[in-house]
Amino acid sequence: MHPLPLVAVAGSPNAGKSALFNALTGARQKVGNYPGVTVERKSGGLVLGDGRPVELVDLPGAYSLDPASPDEAVTRDVLLGRQGGERQPDALVIVLDASNLDNHLRFALQLIELGLPTIVALNMVDLAKRDGLELDRERLQRDLGVPVVETVAVRRRGIADLGAALDDLLAGPVRRPMPDTPSDLLRLQRRAREVASAAVLSETPVRRWTHRLDAVLLHPFAGPLILALIMFVMFQAVFAWSETPVGWIESGLGALSGAASDMLPDGLLRSLVVDGVLSGVGAVIVFLPQILILFLFILLLEGSGYMVRAAFLMDKLMHGAGLSGRAFIPLLSSFACAVPGIMATRTIDDPKDRLTTILVAPLMTCSARLPVYTLIIAAFIPDRSVGYGIGLQGLVMFALYIAGIAGAWLAALALRRGVFKGGGGGFMMELPKYQWPAFKDVLLGLWQRAAIFLKRAGTIILGTTLLLWALASFPQAGPGEKQSEVSVAGKIAGGIHKVVAPIGFNEDIAMALLPAMAAREVAVSAIATVYAIDASDEEVASATLAERLQGRWSLATALAFLAWFVFAPQCISTIAVTRRETNSWRWPLFMVGYLFILAYLAAGATYWTAIALGL
Amino acid sequence: MNAPFQPDLVSLDQLKLGTRAVVAAIDWAMLDEGEACRLKHFGFDEGVAVEPLHLGPFGRDPIAIRVGRMTVAIRRAHARAVRVVSTA
Repeated sequence: MHPLPLVAVAGSPNAGKSALFNALTGARQKVGNYPGVTVERKSGGLVLGDGRPVELVDLPGAYSLDPASPDEAVTRDVLLGRQGGERQPDALVIVLDASNLDNHLRFALQLIELGLPTIVALNMVDLAKRDGLELDRERLQRDLGVPVVETVAVRRRGIADLGAALDDLLAGPVRRPMPDTPSDLLRLQRRAREVASAAVLSETPVRRWTHRLDAVLLHPFAGPLILALIMFVMFQAVFAWSETPVGWIESGLGALSGAASDMLPDGLLRSLVVDGVLSGVGAVIVFLPQILILFLFILLLEGSGYMVRAAFLMDKLMHGAGLSGRAFIPLLSSFACAVPGIMATRTIDDPKDRLTTILVAPLMTCSARLPVYTLIIAAFIPDRSVGYGIGLQGLVMFALYIAGIAGAWLAALALRRGVFKGGGGGFMMELPKYQWPAFKDVLLGLWQRAAIFLKRAGTIILGTTLLLWALASFPQAGPGEKQSEVSVAGKIAGGIHKVVAPIGFNEDIAMALLPAMAAREVAVSAIATVYAIDASDEEVASATLAERLQGRWSLATALAFLAWFVFAPQCISTIAVTRRETNSWRWPLFMVGYLFILAYLAAGATYWTAIALGL
Repeated sequence: MNAPFQPDLVSLDQLKLGTRAVVAAIDWAMLDEGEACRLKHFGFDEGVAVEPLHLGPFGRDPIAIRVGRMTVAIRRAHARAVRVVSTA
């Protein structure tokens, strides 16, 4: 059985390649990874006019076959038949931005030299016309020696013509490509300019929309203000819009748990279903609303061309921490939740920049830390003013946010100086023309992000939740014994206590740390459970959690606990998504390791400083 | 590589915003391999028209530059490697 003919879609970044790929394949796409690298492989099916099915693969955008990034290396290796896990394409669709032929023809010429059966899609002809550019398609076709089809992929125009041309191409004899001949970039570039200028029929100078918009959006004063405004709206939306659906998910799961509890007899099976499976599923899907809202914004910003402008505006500030402007939006998103933030690092081309950003993203104060911070601050920080209308409690909260940012800054610098030494690509990016993102492409992108998260990260999150459940449930307590002490988790907590005692943590905290690996806010309910079980008389039971903490913890312990949570990577979802995004266990383990060490040091330093100050 | 001293040559990062110029020489030795490759990808080459359009709001870095028909952003340190002659 022969595999289906493989058609590769190749082109320079910003040529509208992905939109064309979407237009050709529709929503039925497979998103995976090339083996051994963190480069995404997107493929989809297409049925030709004669009923023959072919497989289309969307190659990463590249400026030439001489790679300057891992994405471009994959593109080259696939085209030359050297990429593991991929067969060599049988035909090629080259996507060109009609208004940027001088540049995009360089890659096209290089690809045509490979000798594969090839079609050129002259894309975004509408934008070229808007810019006053009239092109001679037939002249271009003659000069290139391959069929040239005009398309507007985002509006799904010219797609039928392209399909028909592909029909003809694959009906012809199979040609095998030339062996790799080294080509000279500058020679190709000069030839590209000749072919491009020959293909221009007329050019009317017009004041381009992109330039007018950039005059405002990249203005030294207005630009950062508008960016701040957009980020504010995005941040608000991630919090505010997700509240209602998260509420539905939680009440839905609550109802399911209730029903399961009623139906199943008290025992191991009920515990497995309610505390294991349902809470595990809940831990996964509760992230979905935030992921979808954040990615809606990111896809709109990316598709419109604004994302690169945001990176341009913030590059200098991010450069101070050894990162690039591209890291700004993923890191900002991580204030809501590191999971979508880490997924958003896909927009960072440079692998070292991307890894550094992923590794410091958990230091941004995410919303799951708020319940922990709120509880401890309410219990231990007096509600009084420090003057000028500033409350002490708010000030401590602010200090915790700043501690996270400062920690991320220093960690990024240290990583860039140590582990990821050497400059990456720095900041060299094309500023594409502004355009309206296509609704269908945005929806498809949202669906793909959600699917990746549910399938890849979801399995790890669910698995770990079940593991935590098993640790807490076995061996089972006999009569007169406490489950929390008999179980493996209880034994582990005993071991943890020995380790964390020097930084001022008591047994209650040690008990809470293991379940809090599921998610940070679980620490609060875990501590509440410990006290609920141990509360003997009604008077104690009626006291609030905060009041009970005051009786049991010293201020030094409470402050150390806060410092711990600034750094501690207590979130399996973050670890799972890091595993998924880096395609290895090496980096998530490294991340967990260095963050726990930082958390331990910070908590210890806080505890002993507080003791020394007599707090 | 080492162009003879020409008084009307300036490096691209010194060019005022909105000044049209033509690339006279590029000192590839000032760039590492990846950076040099990327500049070639952007179409930087002798004889190509360039025009700095925008500066980053903090420290006037990076610089947005029109190269041929496209606009690219590069850091000031990299723009220094490109020597241009003003056509305005």
